Amino acid sequence: MKRKWQRWFRLLPLAALALLLSGCGKEGVSALEPLGPVAKDQADLMLISVLIMVVVVLVVGFIYFYVLIRFRKRKGQEDYIPKQVEGNTTLEIVWTVIPIVLLCILAVPTVPKTFSLSDTHSAKKESALEIEVSANQFWWQFTYPKQKVTTAQDVVIPTDRPVVFKLTSNDVIHSFWVPALGGKVDANPGQVTTLKLEADKEGTYRGRCAELCGSSHALMYFNVKAVSSAEFDRWIKEMKAGPDQPASASAKQGEQLFKQNCMSCHAVGASQTNKLAPNLTNFADRKYIAGFLDHDKKTLEKWIADPSALKPGATMPARGASGKLTDEQIKQIADYLFTLSVEK
Amino acid sequence: MTTHAQSLAVSSQRKGFLHWLWTWITTVDHKKIAILYLFGGGLFFLIGGIEALLIRIQLAVPNNHFLVGSEYNQVMTMHGTTMIFLAAMPLIFAMMNAVIPLQIGARDVAFPFVNALGFWLFFLGGIVLNTSWFFGGAPAGGWTAYTPLATEYLGSGMDFYILGLQLSGAGTLMGAINFLVTIINMRAPGMTFMRMPLFCWTSLVTSALILFAFPPLTVGLFFEFFDHIFHANFFNTANGGNGIIWEHIFWIFGHPEVYILVLPAFGIISEVVATFSKKRLFGYSSMVFATVLIGFLSFMVWVHHMFTVGLGPVANAVFAIATMTIAVPTGIKIFNWLFTMWGGQIHFTTANLFALGFIPTFVMGGVTGVMLAVPPADAQYHDSYFVVAHFHYVILGGVVFGLLAGVFYWWPKMFGRMLNETLGKITFWFFFLGFHLTFFPQHFLGLMGMPRRYFTYLPGEHFELGNMLSSIGAFGMAVGVIVLLINIVVTTAKGKRAKGDAWGIGRTLEWSIASPAPEYNFAQTPLVKGIDAFWKEKMAGNKKMTPAEPLGDVHMPSPTVIPFLMSLSLTLASFGFIFAANQAGKPHTGGLITAAIGIGLMLLLMLIHSIKDDHGFHIHKEEIMRIEKEAE
Repeated sequence: MKRKWQRWFRLLPLAALALLLSGCGKEGVSALEPLGPVAKDQADLMLISVLIMVVVVLVVGFIYFYVLIRFRKRKGQEDYIPKQVEGNTTLEIVWTVIPIVLLCILAVPTVPKTFSLSDTHSAKKESALEIEVSANQFWWQFTYPKQKVTTAQDVVIPTDRPVVFKLTSNDVIHSFWVPALGGKVDANPGQVTTLKLEADKEGTYRGRCAELCGSSHALMYFNVKAVSSAEFDRWIKEMKAGPDQPASASAKQGEQLFKQNCMSCHAVGASQTNKLAPNLTNFADRKYIAGFLDHDKKTLEKWIADPSALKPGATMPARGASGKLTDEQIKQIADYLFTLSVEK
Repeated sequence: MTTHAQSLAVSSQRKGFLHWLWTWITTVDHKKIAILYLFGGGLFFLIGGIEALLIRIQLAVPNNHFLVGSEYNQVMTMHGTTMIFLAAMPLIFAMMNAVIPLQIGARDVAFPFVNALGFWLFFLGGIVLNTSWFFGGAPAGGWTAYTPLATEYLGSGMDFYILGLQLSGAGTLMGAINFLVTIINMRAPGMTFMRMPLFCWTSLVTSALILFAFPPLTVGLFFEFFDHIFHANFFNTANGGNGIIWEHIFWIFGHPEVYILVLPAFGIISEVVATFSKKRLFGYSSMVFATVLIGFLSFMVWVHHMFTVGLGPVANAVFAIATMTIAVPTGIKIFNWLFTMWGGQIHFTTANLFALGFIPTFVMGGVTGVMLAVPPADAQYHDSYFVVAHFHYVILGGVVFGLLAGVFYWWPKMFGRMLNETLGKITFWFFFLGFHLTFFPQHFLGLMGMPRRYFTYLPGEHFELGNMLSSIGAFGMAVGVIVLLINIVVTTAKGKRAKGDAWGIGRTLEWSIASPAPEYNFAQTPLVKGIDAFWKEKMAGNKKMTPAEPLGDVHMPSPTVIPFLMSLSLTLASFGFIFAANQAGKPHTGGLITAAIGIGLMLLLMLIHSIKDDHGFHIHKEEIMRIEKEAE
């Protein structure tokens, strides 16, 4: 039974490698399926390190199993005293030097990549797009300073150039992570850190908070939507123009209620920044509610009625700023919010 | 006047439970303190284990509602904090207390009073931390308690963390100083440093690490203490403070801390592998050198926990290289263990199974550590389940396997009975296989994008299988632990009694005396003639060690209740500060007065201890001769 298990165990590093190379996890979510140059560079480094380490594990594993099998105590050998060996200087040198060499091999790509992947200055020369990110408990604000547009939760980026995210936090330390596009950088209060990412092709990529930040750390998702350059420019124009006026009576009523009950924290209008809650200008175009909830009216009504039931620790009060919105009024606000679309 | 040993023997027959309890509360005997640490640490290990099972139940399926939000964060925080500070470290001190004086041929540690004080501070600190469950919630900031989350956005649970750890940490620091002095000063004649068992070397370096690593933690906790209770601004950005400073201070402690955890395990492995191969340790001098180098380098790498903070590529690159270098001495150790077994006769006792299980597991944890040392790659791994997998491989696969090997190996010496080998093997296989099932999938979960400290994950992201496997594995480990508890109960009741040389092939001094060790350890301090002193004597045909002194009365330190009372006073002070904390405004005066009383009492007890003359007691020669004869 012991031998079968040993053989099984020996296959584990190979299985791991196979799994790694075949790529797994969901596309757009996983770091093993890089969809941008930054993530690709990082995945290459991961692969080099895994290959070197697999060599180490195989060598150690081979000696280990050989020793266990060859030198195990056999029956009738109770009185046998093995030769007591003090050591062997040559071996000590060998297994000191070889690991040093392997580490040097790893260090050679590591050091230059550490510098180049954190270099956001040269990105400026490539006319990178700059986006200012404000992390809050438990949502993300995105401001495009040059374009003077602010949005939240879903960030739209073009596919043809690098994007430099300027990260900060309005409360505790958060961390900005889009695994499919690249590694994370922390968003610290009172500081600005930078992260350069780029998307190879159009698509949506899951982003998440990666530093424990409170009760809903696990629900602080955001979405990165990569579109063509032309589409990006059009989106900016549409955001600036803003959503159309609501048409239905319910939505018009909802707009009034929104202005009375929600505008102390939320804003509609892409030029509004630094509010206490997400900017809702293009709410209807977003993929999720609150970063992770299904984007439909029923869910929205549940959310407005009791946010912290769905997202523990959310500071949004239940039933509006007054706390008194009725179910009918919430329906109307929901109707209004679903008219907030800028994309034609 | 009866001797202490006699009165103990007589009274435990007569006076029953309260007297028995008093013996344990007032002991300054390293062997008893070892047992206290073993059961204290064991208790917290079980509590931490239950917390782990709660986490795995919650994460077994997506969108689960078993344990969410702040409650989950509390259980997660307490799991980590309990396991590292209240389970692993005390179990290490249990092993060090049980073994080091015996291995160096001494009769106790250098400062028995401080030894007891260290235990009670640890234990009561752990109690303080766990009372948080009953007083408004446990700390929820992770075992790392990053600021400003911990100081401005979480509730009173953090006060329990700050004060509980401060208390326990004081105990740990005392223990380390004690062992440093003991190992440096109290080795038997003939035992030079380079003839010490490797477990003593690793304990020496570990104690030095504690000496230099715990003060930063103490300072950091004081900063959080002042911020949280007295509204100071160390970590308050709005008022000029900086939350990143906490990260530096914490990790300057935190990285050496993990080497504090693993080096004793390395020492245990060295002992167990050598003994159960019937060979001396291969490359002793290299092993000593590697241990010292690991200790030194462990202070040079802390920023690898902060690669994503935005410190810049220069800092990241420097610390990446430094981190990679630690792999070299660690690798040296692995090869030396393998070559210790080469040419030997390997006995597959439970203790050795854990040591053998340690080797590939720790190697896997070590190689993922080297992978983590690459900053651009770490940008993906950091704060994901890849890191969770890595540190569980090295802490569980390294430290806990090592401790379990030590527990099985030295149990006969501590308790005078052998643990059941069949039950031990069942424990091993459930624990070992359960461990790999739990943590191997987590590498992939991390690479696939699952962050750590998430109370749930969404369906449709391919995280379901890995999490389910992980949760099943956790219950496998639980079965192994339950079987171990059964083993302990059954063998305590009617287990096989152990000989002095319990395994028959002991190499080091602890096996040259009876099991359990007599109160005075050695009737006569032994004369050490080389490495593996007892084996050397046995190979020369002697059944016992050559004595280095004539037989005489042995002077012993008296038991005392003062360490326990001092710890209680500081516990009172801790509760005072905890209840003084007022997030809305000024600290409550009642709490501050309680704290002052607690501190005052402690100072008074220190004064009493300084002034009171206690000359200890003697175990007389005749008594010793009688006990030695009975043991034969």
